[in-house]
Amino acid sequence: MYNFTYHRAGSVDSAAAKLAESGDGKLLAGGMTLLPTMKARLAQPSDLIDLNEIEGLKGITVSGGTVTIGAMTRHADVAASAEVAQAIPALAKLAGLIGDPAVRNRGTIGGSISNNDPSADYPAAVVGLGATVVTNKREIAGEDFFTGMFETALDEGEIVTAVRFPVPEKAAYFKFPNPASRYAVVGVMVASTSGGVRVAVTGAAPCVFRQSDMEKALSASFSADALAGITQDADGLNDDLHASAAYRANLVVVGAKRAVAEIA
Amino acid sequence: MTVKVTTTVNGRQVSGDVEPNTLLVEFVRENLGLTGTHVGCDTSQCGACTVHMDGKPIKSCTILAVQAEGHQVVTIEGIGAPGALHPMQAAFQENHGLQCGYCTPGMIMAGIGIVERNKGKTLSEETIRAELEGNICRCTGYHNIVKSIAAAARDM
Repeated sequence: MYNFTYHRAGSVDSAAAKLAESGDGKLLAGGMTLLPTMKARLAQPSDLIDLNEIEGLKGITVSGGTVTIGAMTRHADVAASAEVAQAIPALAKLAGLIGDPAVRNRGTIGGSISNNDPSADYPAAVVGLGATVVTNKREIAGEDFFTGMFETALDEGEIVTAVRFPVPEKAAYFKFPNPASRYAVVGVMVASTSGGVRVAVTGAAPCVFRQSDMEKALSASFSADALAGITQDADGLNDDLHASAAYRANLVVVGAKRAVAEIA
Repeated sequence: MTVKVTTTVNGRQVSGDVEPNTLLVEFVRENLGLTGTHVGCDTSQCGACTVHMDGKPIKSCTILAVQAEGHQVVTIEGIGAPGALHPMQAAFQENHGLQCGYCTPGMIMAGIGIVERNKGKTLSEETIRAELEGNICRCTGYHNIVKSIAAAARDM
């Protein structure tokens, strides 16, 4: 790993200030992606601004039909939260499927969504459940947050502070993990929410997306049978050594049917 | 430019001057001489470098030494002693849960985490196998490792 200057931030404001002062600084959340990327010399930030000691960014609160998760809350804590399991079981399950136990003890929701890896799990939850991303500057609708592969709507110096998930009527998450990395080859979040049915797909394409054909079919009838005639276009899907685009397209349909069957 | 790091390792306060890019596994092995924690894949997959930080298993190859500042780190050297093995170490010995031994410290630290996370629940073989997914052994095929963790769960 190339060397860098290390800063331990005590608050979001000081992290933002240090980030602005640094030449090519990066925020260090759980580090589960950033540090391996730096070890592989695929990134060479001049400064790392560590968010791990900012207490205000950690924790889960459930109130008024909303689950709010602080940006530096670890995947293991979301997975183990009785409150999350009660309010949005699919979200607790999703968190428990990320990486492995030791990775879940460090990785954070804020780091995951800010990085926007195409195969990350959390984007499916943020878009599929219609969540809101809260930053130190504004609130961003979940579906406007993820703009492309490893790209988000975050401005320079903008820091995710929390994610607010409205409690759905019901939701389920299907994941087909890569056998080695546990990243989602395909992940599908299906949710019946007060704003309608939402189906969000991660892993299949360069960026999380909503499957509108499925949403329409499930709005008419929320059953696995309603998806019988629906296919996923393989055009533009990821095609790599892990899975072909056609295989991923099939997995999207299979995954959505299984998720619906779990809650219909 | 080096940074001073002060942390608690196996109950003892230690400090050292490290480059910011020093990993925790390098710090415990090279600065502290605690070579029971191994470097395997160096890509967070294999778990040979698993230690506990604040009571939870983490991969010490994917955290900076400076990030341990003010935290409690426990390595394989900190959980038992010759003649007074930790129940997980004793179970690995009794059930032949190791072959070459390279992955064993990480397996033991991960195994303790599995037992502690599942306290109060029945620890099934399926759960043990699922939760061992971040620790790779190329010798024993896991069977005796799973048996060892199940046995230790009864004694912990």
